[in-house]
Amino acid sequence: MPVLNMAQAINQALDQALAEDPRVMVLGEDVGRTGGVFRVTDGLQQRYGEERVVDTPVSESGIVGAALGLALGGMRPVAEMQFMGFSYPAFDQVISHVARIRHRSRHRFTASLVIRIPYGGGIGAAEHHSESAEAIYVHTPGLKVVVPGSPDDAKGLLRAAIEDPDPVVFLEPIRLYRSTKAEVAEERFTVPIGEARAAREGTDLTLVAWGAMLRETGEAADLLLDEGIDAEVLDLRTLVPLDVPALISSVQKTGRAVVVHEAPRTAGLAGEIVALIQERALYSLRAPVARVTGWDTVFPLKRSEHLYLPTAERIAAAARRVMET
Amino acid sequence: MTEELQQILTPEGELAGEPPLGMEETRGLYRAMVAARLFDRKATALQKQGRLATYAPFEGQEAAQVGSAAALRTDDWMVATYRDAAAMWLHGYPWKLLLLWRSGDERGNCPPEEVNVLPPSITVGAHMLHAVGLAWSARLQGGDRVAVTYFGDGATSEGDFHEAMNFAGVYRLPVVFMCQNNQYAISLRRDRQTAAATIAGKADGYGFPGVLVDGNDLFAVFRATAEAVERARSGGGPTLVEALTYRLGPHTTSDDPGRYRPADEESEWKPRDPIERVRCYLANRDGWTEEWQRAIEAEEIAEIEAAVAEAEALPPLRPQEIFEAMFAEMTPQLREQRGELLDASGHVPVES
Repeated sequence: MPVLNMAQAINQALDQALAEDPRVMVLGEDVGRTGGVFRVTDGLQQRYGEERVVDTPVSESGIVGAALGLALGGMRPVAEMQFMGFSYPAFDQVISHVARIRHRSRHRFTASLVIRIPYGGGIGAAEHHSESAEAIYVHTPGLKVVVPGSPDDAKGLLRAAIEDPDPVVFLEPIRLYRSTKAEVAEERFTVPIGEARAAREGTDLTLVAWGAMLRETGEAADLLLDEGIDAEVLDLRTLVPLDVPALISSVQKTGRAVVVHEAPRTAGLAGEIVALIQERALYSLRAPVARVTGWDTVFPLKRSEHLYLPTAERIAAAARRVMET
Repeated sequence: MTEELQQILTPEGELAGEPPLGMEETRGLYRAMVAARLFDRKATALQKQGRLATYAPFEGQEAAQVGSAAALRTDDWMVATYRDAAAMWLHGYPWKLLLLWRSGDERGNCPPEEVNVLPPSITVGAHMLHAVGLAWSARLQGGDRVAVTYFGDGATSEGDFHEAMNFAGVYRLPVVFMCQNNQYAISLRRDRQTAAATIAGKADGYGFPGVLVDGNDLFAVFRATAEAVERARSGGGPTLVEALTYRLGPHTTSDDPGRYRPADEESEWKPRDPIERVRCYLANRDGWTEEWQRAIEAEEIAEIEAAVAEAEALPPLRPQEIFEAMFAEMTPQLREQRGELLDASGHVPVES
């Protein structure tokens, strides 16, 4: 099987969807001629033309609002927000319209569209280029939220998102675009939305993570193994709908958990995950569940971002505390 | 810049230009305006009786809505607002559903398959982009359908007005932007909404034509919209139509216009009534009699009353149904929450 990085895997998923389904189109800022600021859509406009791979004005609400109209008219638009920090001008379209149209019209009108959003820090980017606001999308009823952590999942989940009858917010960890490589099957395949996966099996504690944090979490699991602690790493992959059975059965098996995300701590998704564990697996727990997260600060600029992002050492330290109880 | 106001039928019912409609078509649209006003007054009365939630009356804007909607083909898309019941109805949206939605029931937002009208928009301005996308999809699919979107003077201050106009201009999409400038956005006067001399003139900034018409003149509105639709259909791109009109009633049934506008302003606009001028025009040409008026009113009232009865006879949604339209397939979380609601309200949980 060919080895691809995540950017190439996403490109391949888009390429195949454009080739196989005439309703699919890609639109966003700089996605055409230059192939996107991360080159994720490289070559697609050359192959499918300006009508199907559309360079739009700098207009996030316009992109999402028009994409909704396109979906209502029978197209399958894949809209790109250039960075998560630039997706906020489109919030009204996402929250008030994309997420609501099926419910408010009792299934008469539906929004089968994908909003791709590169997210997260760790590449020393400029201000507003490192956000992790997944909790806001997760908190909005009517959206599915997907975060791939590997190239093969990125390809299969994106194709599933494009074929999904409901709107999917597809979060792409910027830091993993090129730093992670894996074998990815060449033909079309899907990875089901709503299923977590054990990125690594273990028996002593469960490390819950998604997206870019899988790398630090995996490194933490390596550190812990050297100390004789056998950690399971659960990659949630889909944040809505969350795979609660996978989460609970892993915690029931290990009796201990640490939840990791790079978003700020307060009202972050870890709070929801801890609540689910408390409701459903309290009597399996041998220690309080710990959170390792970004801080409740603005995401710092390049010279300080290492202070913000959870590191393998922070995750391992939290795991040791949980193991000591 | 200042656009010249287009007028064909004066407030006195005299012709100031060539009428774009024959006598029978004019009688048909006159009747539609009469029906719309009867509906508007009925809905206002129902709200006062507590049978509808908040209602947004459009009295005074009948020509702007009926004249423009009449210029569409049935397969054209309409994306309108909470004050556009007359336009939506003329484009096929049943009175019954408009009432049902106003009574607080989502099923009112579910028009029959063949009706190409989105549910009315409550947020201001965002829906214009949906019309842009619908027009875009129509072009990509190779047809000649167009999309028309309705909005008011207030919406032109929203960012999405700019983003929608800009997208439409850049891609030369088959969209008609139909602005009913009714002089007020709730309490704010038009001259505090924008310093521009006209709203129509804003089209200049997007590279397509803007047209200013007397919005209380059925003929002028029809002609301007028909020209805009034809331009869109033949690949000529979008048009902004500003229909100058006046909201004779309150913003909604919860609002008191006496707090923000002088009463004599309303009396100034009353003689410019959009229905009366067509009545005069028809009467002067043996196209209107009191007997006919009574007959059409009786028939339209009967239809509206039947719609009220049908809407009110519909039992409310079953409790579990609020969970059933979130996704094509219900998520495990929603199934669980549905069970929780039904337990709490003493119903038997349904099987998941």
